[in-house]
Amino acid sequence: MATLDRIIDRLPLPAFLKHEDAGKHYGVIGDFDTPEDLLRAIRTARAAGYSKLEAYTPFPIHGIDEALGEGRSPLGKIVIVCGLAGLTLAILLQWWTGAIDYPLVVAGKPLFAFEPSVPIMFELSVLLAAFGAVLGMLALNKLPQYYHPAFNYSKWAGATNDRFLLAIEAKDPRFSAEEAITFLNAAGSRHSELVEA
Amino acid sequence: MADLAIDPRMELNPPLVQGGMTYADVTEKVAAITEQAPPKQWYVVFGISVMLAGMLFASLGYLVVTGIGVWGNNSPVGWGWDITNFVWWIGIGHAGTLISAILFLFRQRWRTSINRAAEAMTLFAVACAGIYPLFHTGRPWRAAYWLFPMPNEALHMWQNFRSPLMWDVFAVSTYATVSALFWYVGLIPDLATLRDRAKTKIRQIIFGIMSFGWRGSARQWRHYELAYLLLAGLSTPLVLSVHSIVSFDFAVSIIPGWHTTIFPPYFVAGAIFSGFAMVVTLMVTARYVYNLQDLITIKHLENMCKVMLATGMMVGFAYGTEFFIAWYSANPFERFAFVNRAFGPYWWAYWSMILCNVISPQFFWFKRFRTSIPVMFILSIFINIGMWFERFVIIATSLHRDFLPSSWGYFSPTIIDISTFVGTMGLFMTLFLLFLRFLPAIAISEVKGVLHHQINQQKGGAH
Repeated sequence: MATLDRIIDRLPLPAFLKHEDAGKHYGVIGDFDTPEDLLRAIRTARAAGYSKLEAYTPFPIHGIDEALGEGRSPLGKIVIVCGLAGLTLAILLQWWTGAIDYPLVVAGKPLFAFEPSVPIMFELSVLLAAFGAVLGMLALNKLPQYYHPAFNYSKWAGATNDRFLLAIEAKDPRFSAEEAITFLNAAGSRHSELVEA
Repeated sequence: MADLAIDPRMELNPPLVQGGMTYADVTEKVAAITEQAPPKQWYVVFGISVMLAGMLFASLGYLVVTGIGVWGNNSPVGWGWDITNFVWWIGIGHAGTLISAILFLFRQRWRTSINRAAEAMTLFAVACAGIYPLFHTGRPWRAAYWLFPMPNEALHMWQNFRSPLMWDVFAVSTYATVSALFWYVGLIPDLATLRDRAKTKIRQIIFGIMSFGWRGSARQWRHYELAYLLLAGLSTPLVLSVHSIVSFDFAVSIIPGWHTTIFPPYFVAGAIFSGFAMVVTLMVTARYVYNLQDLITIKHLENMCKVMLATGMMVGFAYGTEFFIAWYSANPFERFAFVNRAFGPYWWAYWSMILCNVISPQFFWFKRFRTSIPVMFILSIFINIGMWFERFVIIATSLHRDFLPSSWGYFSPTIIDISTFVGTMGLFMTLFLLFLRFLPAIAISEVKGVLHHQINQQKGGAH
């Protein structure tokens, strides 16, 4: 992987295709036995002044956002906007096709009315809102993202199995590899290491 | 998920995950199924399913080259097995969404062991359902122009959006799409688990691509959990709307026996009833073949039996209400339609339906039967048969004797009707077996969340 990265970085490619921090470090990652140990470590790390922290867990841990100081996800707003777009689209579609572009009287009913338009208004709102939820989630999470330095951690596989990882990132103003390793070990990490970017 | 505090009553014994499993055990148990060669039974059932699916495609091919006259539909029964099967398959799908969305919002944590497979079942059932209206058009390659508002040079016209059939197109296609999105979002963290334990390069690449590079970071989980919650919130009214709109295909018409205001709730209850029956049929089998007794416990199965009992009672109540309203309306055509339904030429179908849908679930009043695997397996098959008869009874009996006795008739299926229906079962089983073989059939990350809660409970700690 490292060889490939070096080749990529020498190629005349636009900057976003290269690793910004090529040759630098992502940070220090430590792994913990239980979600409780992880939460405790996060709180200690924050108290010690670390600010660029990231946790990797096999399932969502209740209370981790508060511990990391994260607010509420803005996804709800994206979904509302998409849902309203679907609603508008459904009204315009049924009105324009039925009453403007191809007006055809069927069984003496009005060319456009809200009552028979409700099912499709509902369905298109849900459809677009669902796409908003999924694509919005992927966009906010910057997925798909097939390379991430955290994968370089030697015991990465535990993060999606039964280990609870805490990363202190190199961009943290307080970062020093030796100190971070000592800190994580003291907090109960089983294996702390400096991870390549 | 999404800081859902749980009703403490749900945490009473027996625990939702048994056998003292650890997080790693859950991963191992579920992921190992996809990494090993399947058991011999799998090959046998898969072989049969593929052959039946082949029969489906042969039947459909014959229909396309010959015309839809190869089905038994004719005047006066213009909708025969095709729409019966369509509604039956769509109904089966509803349990998957109910389990994944509604039980999620109601904080029923027992759903985590069965939701993934139930959602897969939804997708495959809807795929089978979609075949019928698509091929009923006779020219499926042009169906998109007729069903969806696509501007085109061939027709120079637009669909009639005041027709319930158009609502149905939008309802079913939205349902299929949203179910697929919901299912895939649920799969992403588990696909990442498969990627990280992959022993071959090819598996690592495939699951790496499929999992979008998921890392399970706290920030990712934050957006992910909200997306999951929102999808559950969107799917809940959606699942109720789909069968309501399917019922409008009938209820908005003026045919006695169809023109009924109770159809939407009655259809939804029936859909959930049949869907849970199918989930029980499939889960009992999968649990046995793959040794998943610790994850899919008797408690899960018993809960599903309770749902079947409740929805079976609702369906039975609806059958009674229909008869009462037919009598109370004092409309001779309406009265005739219902007397004819129970005592006319289709009496055998009507009473099969009553036996399977109203009588058979009554056994579930007794804990003994609710916790007996053979009993629930047999009853779930009865219910599936009964719910098929329900749709057949509604469609065939209402159409075959309309207002003019000179045009009365009797519907008989053709051999192609039968081979197409049996063929869709083959397609369904083929897809479901491929799913069991290659994808995590149980939501690994969600089960771990339940397990975490359980461990804390045992320690007496707060969650």
